[in-house]
Amino acid sequence: MNAVPKDPMLPVPFRIEKVRRDLSDTFTMELVPVEGGEFAFKPGQFNMLYVFGIGEVPISISGDPADRSVLVHTTRAVGAVTAALDALKAGDMVGVRGPYGTAWPIEGAYGQDVVFVAGGVGLAPLRPAIYHAMNNRERFGKVMVLYGARTPEDILYKKELERWRGRFDMDVLVTVDRATGKWVGNVGVVTNLVAKGGFDPQHTTAFVCGPEVMMRYGAGALEKKGVARDAIWVSMERNMKCGIGVCGHCQWGSHFVCKDGPVFRYDGIADLFSIREL
Amino acid sequence: MVKPDDLGRIIDEHPFFQGIDDKLRALLVGCAANERYESGQFLFREGQEAAKFYLVRAGTVAVEIDVPGKQPIVIETIGEGDVAGWSWIVDPFRSTFDARAVGLVRVISFDGKCLRKKMQADPALGYEVLRRFVPMMAHRLSAARLQMLDLYGPSKAVAQVKAAKVKAVAGSRGTNRSPAARLAKAAKQKKDG
Repeated sequence: MNAVPKDPMLPVPFRIEKVRRDLSDTFTMELVPVEGGEFAFKPGQFNMLYVFGIGEVPISISGDPADRSVLVHTTRAVGAVTAALDALKAGDMVGVRGPYGTAWPIEGAYGQDVVFVAGGVGLAPLRPAIYHAMNNRERFGKVMVLYGARTPEDILYKKELERWRGRFDMDVLVTVDRATGKWVGNVGVVTNLVAKGGFDPQHTTAFVCGPEVMMRYGAGALEKKGVARDAIWVSMERNMKCGIGVCGHCQWGSHFVCKDGPVFRYDGIADLFSIREL
Repeated sequence: MVKPDDLGRIIDEHPFFQGIDDKLRALLVGCAANERYESGQFLFREGQEAAKFYLVRAGTVAVEIDVPGKQPIVIETIGEGDVAGWSWIVDPFRSTFDARAVGLVRVISFDGKCLRKKMQADPALGYEVLRRFVPMMAHRLSAARLQMLDLYGPSKAVAQVKAAKVKAVAGSRGTNRSPAARLAKAAKQKKDG
């Protein structure tokens, strides 16, 4: 039984089981439904999380889609509601509406090389797809994670990235914009990692998530490398309110990001990237 | 010592000069040498004559700016398949950054004066070298601009957010508890039948 009822506007109470501090302003919460049941979702989808008395905020699901017993959200405190979320502790409750939106078409990449290009906290919405790729490793060609962060201290899921890099069946490259301390790894933008290649562009599906400018340049670098536009997917972020394509707050050109996205195929939206008014 | 034939093969295999015409490659070989740098050694230093450029065969080179009294600021790292140094081609031929080996680095170096002389004498070589250097320089410029944007850094709103966070912490003590507690109680009652 799915823990979320059919009324898309009705938040369901979830209890915070665990809170982990990832970075100074970023944290991960594990949630379980108060009334029991499971929570099924697809990689790339998001929930509206309701902090009682404060407000709702759309947050991508960042856990393993194969594990329906717990709902995982990684959030960066950048606004009033996310700051209020950050103030909650294990045992507190939040309301959950979802899952909403389109998913990373990871199953469509079976038989292909798959490249995940992430920047900053953009690794969180990609993580469910990465888990899926690892859980079904034999179905893919090369699996590459290319990740860019601001500084070595800002690397999200650091231990997990180290674990993934330790596997013999996937490539993980990390770069930072600014080196600090004893960092001897890559320095430079994440698009530099794309330019280095290591995948077969003609047979690659790429999933890109991060700040919009980073996605624009990331998609451009993939294209330049020879990856077709229709094999590149990006996840957009806009001011979402209802989450179901009714209120219009997240309108982006002819799309509602909450309903038609957040995951879009690049060839369908590439032109919108250059329209400044949007 | 690496023989000219081997140098030619290595140059041809390196992504930067891949597919170059045999005649032009032979001209390049005349200005090339195989070199290795131990960890911490500098390939070139800011302000010095930009005597060479390098095709990196293995290892990592940190391009950095020296800051007196502090650790140098690493601007970017260059690895296998990349090129280090372009000041050799831009008047007044002085390096604008430091380039330091991070671990063992193997390169093919090219004598800038030697190559400039050959490029002057053979416009086909000049065009071919510039045709390969200009996109690399444009890419580096574009990457540096992106880096300057500090895309993953805190936005302008963060100061306000931090203030809001303090407020929210205080608020959550009062506002979050009671509705949440009511929901939990209702859920428990429903479960208990």
